[in-house]
Amino acid sequence: MPELLQYLLSGVTVGAVYALVALGFTLIYNASDVVNFAQGEFVMLGGMITFFAWQAGIPLPLAALLAILAAATIGVLLNKLAIEPARGAPVASLIIITIGASIFLRGSAQLVFDKQLHRFPSFSGDDPLRVFGATMLPQGLWVIAGAVAVFLVLWLFFARTLTGKAVLATANNRIAASLVGINPNHMMTLSFAVSAAIGALAGVLVTPITLTSYDLGVAMALKGFAAAMLGGMGVPAGALVGGLLLGLIEALTAGYVSSVYKDAVAFILILVILFARPQGLFGRKAMDRV
Amino acid sequence: MTLLSVDGLGIDFGGLTAVNDVGFSVSPGEIVSVIGPNGAGKTTLFNMISGVYQPQRGKVILDGADVTGLAPNRLAERGLSRTFQNLQIFQRMSVLENAMTGCHLRERGPVLSDLLSLPSSRRRSAVTRARATELLERVGLARASEREASSLSYGALKRLEIARALALEPRILLLDEPAAGCNAVETEEIDHLIAEVAKSGVAILLVEHDMKMVMRISRHIVVLDRGEKIAEGAPAAVSRDPKVIEAYLGTQSVEAGDAVG
Amino acid sequence: MRLSQKHLTLIVLAVLVALAPAFFPSNFYYRIGALIFVNGLAVTGLVVLIGFAGQISLGHAGFAGIGAYACALAPGYLGLHPGLAMLLGAVLSGGVAWLIGRPILRLKGYYLAVATLGFGILVSMVLANEAKITGGPDGREVAELGLRSALASIGIGLSNAQFWYAATGLSMLAGAWIALNLHDSPSGRALRALHDSEVAARTVGVDVARLKLSAFVISAVYASLSGSLLALMNRFITPDVAGFLHSIELVTMTVFGGVGSVPGAILGAATLTLLPQALTVLQQYENLILGLIMMLVMIFMREGLLPSIMRRLKGKG
Repeated sequence: MPELLQYLLSGVTVGAVYALVALGFTLIYNASDVVNFAQGEFVMLGGMITFFAWQAGIPLPLAALLAILAAATIGVLLNKLAIEPARGAPVASLIIITIGASIFLRGSAQLVFDKQLHRFPSFSGDDPLRVFGATMLPQGLWVIAGAVAVFLVLWLFFARTLTGKAVLATANNRIAASLVGINPNHMMTLSFAVSAAIGALAGVLVTPITLTSYDLGVAMALKGFAAAMLGGMGVPAGALVGGLLLGLIEALTAGYVSSVYKDAVAFILILVILFARPQGLFGRKAMDRV
Repeated sequence: MTLLSVDGLGIDFGGLTAVNDVGFSVSPGEIVSVIGPNGAGKTTLFNMISGVYQPQRGKVILDGADVTGLAPNRLAERGLSRTFQNLQIFQRMSVLENAMTGCHLRERGPVLSDLLSLPSSRRRSAVTRARATELLERVGLARASEREASSLSYGALKRLEIARALALEPRILLLDEPAAGCNAVETEEIDHLIAEVAKSGVAILLVEHDMKMVMRISRHIVVLDRGEKIAEGAPAAVSRDPKVIEAYLGTQSVEAGDAVG
Repeated sequence: MRLSQKHLTLIVLAVLVALAPAFFPSNFYYRIGALIFVNGLAVTGLVVLIGFAGQISLGHAGFAGIGAYACALAPGYLGLHPGLAMLLGAVLSGGVAWLIGRPILRLKGYYLAVATLGFGILVSMVLANEAKITGGPDGREVAELGLRSALASIGIGLSNAQFWYAATGLSMLAGAWIALNLHDSPSGRALRALHDSEVAARTVGVDVARLKLSAFVISAVYASLSGSLLALMNRFITPDVAGFLHSIELVTMTVFGGVGSVPGAILGAATLTLLPQALTVLQQYENLILGLIMMLVMIFMREGLLPSIMRRLKGKG
């Protein structure tokens, strides 16, 4: 039993990170119909900028804040310089633009920083906590708490604020939204800033556990994308469930089946779920309008 | 001599009834029109008959066989063809290729022979090309045949869709607002074309907002309002029906026509 | 008129393949050329799938992996000649594509992307982890095709690099011929039609599911043959051939060059095969510049390199 609990705990920790990345995918998709494959780079930037700022003598919390703000700025720039000018381009072209952006950010990070693995200290030490015979790093709790906080804040934002409702309205129907005075461009900018900040936050939280390096973005984008699709692209709750589910499957497969095939089992499950529900777990069914 | 008959057809979208208990029939060579205010469910009805939507209630009988809920391509094989209210043109193909694609059922063959461009594949394409060119001439688009379809005017695209639908050599043709967005001259051309096609024995089901055209060419009219059939009959009778007049903006008569937006 | 455009494209491609060696400063360039052709073959298949049929795949490297490992394993385990192993790989890839295509192709857009992505990752993981059979992540050697010595015995003496330049160049030209045939055939029209409007394609009688599946199988066979050629040419293969990054690379080449156009995608393959070679001089700036070029081209030439250039030329002329 402690074994199972152990796997569940580590699954939830990893899953929380995936959920945050998936959330970034979903928010940008809602605002712009773009699947931003550079999303994983924000996780990398969060970790890398925090590390180098911390090493330069800035206190860790301040360094983390700096990293999140910097990532949000880069997200806004990405939108302004690469996505907005390509408005109306074919979907395949938009995909290549974001992949190009991802390679570009990776190249920049390798140039500005370096190609080493880095880690900064955990927020509350490294002594494992004992939970019913299983152990958990305190940093794992930080990751989970971070994810819970982000989803709560976001839920409040969508449910309670005018801006949040404007974002939802834009996602629902861009033309109708602009008719009632919502500026879709502002919504896109906001979404890129928030998505980048959430990605960077995930990077800050997880680096003490998994370390960071310039090339971590691809794997993160892959898992975040898969999680977002699993839950249903465009549905924030789907991102949460998709991310946690993916993390849990990975951890359970690694524990009980085979650690080398943990990704394989995750993808097989995604295939099975998509065959049963082609729109993802929480996605709305599309209907041809003619 | 009924070719197509519809009985008790209905569908709901998210709890809202879009079409309910609609029935009528069409015979070869006959033009039947479906009219009604916006949102009456005309296009939804077309989508159910042509297999784009699965009806939740009722039956569609084509030539004596129950074809309810069959896929559109299966219905095409049985001779049902249609056009769309908001154009479904193959944008990136030439005008000629659009019309040729309408002949798909006659020109299709083994993919392998198409890959290797075997003589049989080339022969199929050549036959189709000749037939499509003829049809483009008939709708007055022969000179535009090499142009990219997306470069045509709206009225020309409407005619291209009709040509594509005719390329199927249908036994029944569903036309969803063929004259919408067309000027008076174009409307008259389409009017003639429809009459001509009907004369050749094709059954025609028409949705159209141009009441003058509907009154002129239909033999039978079905009136929908809020998803239900409220009247049907010959044009003259329908246009005097108080229920129909009420459905269209109060007391204005149907012949005033343009009130029907 | 249409016919002549197909032939014109093929003639231009053939002349380029035949004359390029005249400008090669060293033998090394034969190898680069052959790499371009191997990629060119794979992207031609993707033009059929993505450009004609409008169906995305982020997992086609999986089929390249099947083709490559068929050549690596079948000669040893089944005693097949490497040439026949290549055929076996193509049949296997086509079969797998046919099996998984039916459920997968019901998905649309990004959902299709993630499903194909999953397939590609599964293949590359099996290749990397079943080390006893495949040699694992370190890769394994591939048998000699033997065609070069056969050619030498009838008096055609080619260096290894020249032979592979010719063999891959001819394969790519044959692949381009077949894809261009398809483009203007009844099946090709139906594929392009369902790309533009699935509903309208159905109403004219197109069996959308069957045709999508055909395009998926065809493109899988292209990818498989490309993987086989790569394995036979390098005489060595690693699971990277089936990897996610290779899938992305192939799609990027296709879209970058012009997804609806066979010569466009081949131009994309040439550009993105050459670019990293040219950028190695700039060392650590390589990724930065590659990413920048990808973004700029797709922003300012959104239909891809070749179609945008052709449009501009036509516009001026």
